[in-house]
Amino acid sequence: MATKLPKEPVVVIGMGWAGGIIASELTKAGIKVVGLERGKERKMSDYLMVHDELRFQHREELMQDLSKETVTHRNNSKMRALPMRQYGTFIVGDGLGGAGSHWNGQTYRFLPYDFEIKTMTEERYGKNKIKADYPLQDWGITYDELEPYYDTFEKMSGISGETVELYGHRSNPYPTKPMLKTPVLEEFEKAAKKLGYKPYMMPSANLSENYENPDGIARAACQYCAYCENFGCEYGAKADPVVTVLPVAQETGNLDLRTHANVTRILNDGTKATGVIYVDALTGEEFEQPAEVVVVASYVFNNARLLLNSGLGKPYNPADGTGVIGKNYCYQVSSGYSTLFYNDREFNLYAGAGALGIEIPEFTGDNFDHANENFIHGAGIRSTQYGNRPIANNNVPIGTPSWGKEFKEQSIKYTNSILQVKSQGASMPHRQNYIDLDPTYKDAYGMPLLRITYDYTEQDKALVKYMAKVTRSIAEEMGPDHIDTVGEQAPFNVNVDTNTHNTGGVIMGAEPETSAINSYQQMWDAENVFVVGASAFPHNSCFNPTGTLGALSYRAAEGIETYLKQGGSLV
Amino acid sequence: MVTEKENNQITKQANTNSTRRAFLKNSGLTVGGIAIGATFGGLLGNLRGGEVQTEQTPPPVAEVANPNVALMFFTPDEYQTTNAAVERIFPEGENGPGAMELNAAIYIDHQLASQWGVNAKDYRLGPFYKPEPTQGEQIKLLRQDLFRLGLKRLDNYSNENYERQFLDLEAGEQDDVLAAFEEGKAGSISGVSTTEFFKLLRQLTLEGVYADPMYGGNKEMLGWEMRKYPGTRMGYINEIQKKDFVELEPNSLQSHMGHS
Ligand SMILES: Cc1cc2nc3c(=O)[nH]c(=O)nc-3n(C[C@H](O)[C@H](O)[C@H](O)COP(=O)(O)OP(=O)(O)OC[C@H]3O[C@@H](n4cnc5c(N)ncnc54)[C@H](O)[C@@H]3O)c2cc1C
Ligand code: SF4
Repeated sequence: MATKLPKEPVVVIGMGWAGGIIASELTKAGIKVVGLERGKERKMSDYLMVHDELRFQHREELMQDLSKETVTHRNNSKMRALPMRQYGTFIVGDGLGGAGSHWNGQTYRFLPYDFEIKTMTEERYGKNKIKADYPLQDWGITYDELEPYYDTFEKMSGISGETVELYGHRSNPYPTKPMLKTPVLEEFEKAAKKLGYKPYMMPSANLSENYENPDGIARAACQYCAYCENFGCEYGAKADPVVTVLPVAQETGNLDLRTHANVTRILNDGTKATGVIYVDALTGEEFEQPAEVVVVASYVFNNARLLLNSGLGKPYNPADGTGVIGKNYCYQVSSGYSTLFYNDREFNLYAGAGALGIEIPEFTGDNFDHANENFIHGAGIRSTQYGNRPIANNNVPIGTPSWGKEFKEQSIKYTNSILQVKSQGASMPHRQNYIDLDPTYKDAYGMPLLRITYDYTEQDKALVKYMAKVTRSIAEEMGPDHIDTVGEQAPFNVNVDTNTHNTGGVIMGAEPETSAINSYQQMWDAENVFVVGASAFPHNSCFNPTGTLGALSYRAAEGIETYLKQGGSLV
Repeated sequence: MVTEKENNQITKQANTNSTRRAFLKNSGLTVGGIAIGATFGGLLGNLRGGEVQTEQTPPPVAEVANPNVALMFFTPDEYQTTNAAVERIFPEGENGPGAMELNAAIYIDHQLASQWGVNAKDYRLGPFYKPEPTQGEQIKLLRQDLFRLGLKRLDNYSNENYERQFLDLEAGEQDDVLAAFEEGKAGSISGVSTTEFFKLLRQLTLEGVYADPMYGGNKEMLGWEMRKYPGTRMGYINEIQKKDFVELEPNSLQSHMGHS
């Protein structure tokens, strides 16, 4: 029997970026919040021992413990889904700060085009451009409406960057100057400029300079230590909920933070939630936490899974396209890239930062003509300098054996003499790509796992092919001794692909028939449930997701405040 | 019986050009006047990371005592076979030491003994079905057991094809055996393809030469030195702005102790 606790105004499930922002905004407004986080506590000084590639990158120390829960996957509904038993593809955050502790910090805004993609595509290319099995839809909010929230998120996290003409209007410049343009990035810059492109420094949550945010949180500048992606930042230079929003919430005295608290169900009567059930992950003890408002901020996968396991919202049905929970699961495509090998140049590739990069805007969104292409949207074409760690980086020219004398010679020879021009491509929804509950596999608490039915589409394959050529042309202009270009999108492989940008499943929109939540992330079917995160994206853009989910989290917090005062639907 | 004292007479010679075969072939080597088998001699030789001295002269170089170089999982025989295998994956050459000298096998021993060796953070609930190629491994065996059985299969396969143990094959023959394992053409390991064992062996070898030395491999950071990798620093804000390559001495994570 669950121990029933006293009722509280707001309970938030998950203490990553989404949950952290909501907690900080509500507690600052004087509202009591219970924060439930399944993982452990974390603070900045814990990160002093993180320069350990094996432990943090290859043994996924900071990630979700797969022995407790994972996802199952199949490429199509004719296959039997099987559990992802160890990490290969996306990695999932766990513990205070969630994936916001070990992300790279590449912090973009989506394009005005993204929010009205269906309307704008039909206007420019006609109704037939989007095939019937691609349930593309507008987001129920415009870029201009979301702009102030982007601004708030960027100021809180101190984003370093430069204004890009081809992108959406900005009410303010980035709060801090761009990151250092290193000699490595200059190689890309020179070539891109020669080809007529306008390269810009990637917007970064690794601070380019010391910065104090509007909440009074002061953080030090990035030292380019190269242990960023997969690691926490020992300087607090990388924006992380643990060094930004969470201490602010704790300082108010209004946040009741409970770690090792794994929520298994949202209690509800079909139209409203009454609270949540959670298990103490260490002792197995079960608790019921009643609340007036339930905020689901447990990342894309568990956002959908918790709703489905709780019978909240109508599950998506791929057979006829009805229902919404699990719909429009998207990812990203990054298989188009060129690797450049230099015979007698060495770069300082051991140094770097998670969001140190340079990119061109010309092939993003609808910034180029798609009339003769079999795809819409586009990709960011980019070069980055994260710091090449030795276990993960053993690149050799295609055709070199993967072990033995020649492998060793080549991998060592090119260790500091290799650059890449990469693409990060947008991902459009497909009717057969969706998430639901697995009929067979369960988590450590006996609840069904999430099942992902997903494969790359014809649109993805065409996009990858196109972008690979663009990377090739820039690579050639950079003039290395040898270039390998990859341009074929293989089937989705749960052990191989490495992109952490899962989106959709609990999407936002203007109508309850085609979306699960409104633009305040409030569920159409349960007005006191707010589902926050990239699960809200009806498609995925060609940029990293967190800037946009951060902006939406600020808007959700505003909505929750209003809701607590007046109740009812916010739109 | 070889006593502790006698063991100590097998000494390490610093910076000799010893090769794996130099001591593996050193069968019938004499220790303290007692002839012992090749396997044992090889083991002791490699524990010290170099050539085995057979004379009874006093050690030319002081003994390097690294308590981390000892076995917590492998039997001595398993350790020997692993040593031979990792050296083929990452052999000694002009560019520097091989995985054997870098103590990759010690690293592997320690990893298999750890909670990673028993898949503590993997999803382990059934049922286990044969996966499609896109679905990731569905192996019921623990890594520990897969590796141990894989070593056994290496020997059995070598015996079937060459009538010798893996350890006693020429380098080229060992390469052929490993290639057969990589391609999944060397039979099965309790129902698991030999490819899976090979992948594990390759991954662990690279980790063993490049992970922080606190894990037992990457001896004296020589793996890092070979590729001019500095290990860890608190930052590279100066180096990253330099056009020319800045070579730094490697530092291990130990250099961060005492920063708190
Ligand atoms: C290695 C890596 C690099 C990345 N780099 C970038 C980047 O450069 N730019 C970018 O935009 N994005 C990046 N991302 C993605 C980014 O980290 C996520 O978009 C973002 O952190 C998501 O925030 P969230 O709050 O929605 O989810 P999370 O940060 O995942 O937080 C969710 C929290 O909920 C908790 N939780 C889950 N289920 C339960 C439950 N049942 N009960 C209680 N608690 C629960 C989790 O433990 C977790 O702490 C990266 C991700 C990774 C893994
Ligand atoms: S690269 Fe910069 S932001 Fe990233 S962890 Fe190191 S110091 Fe922090």
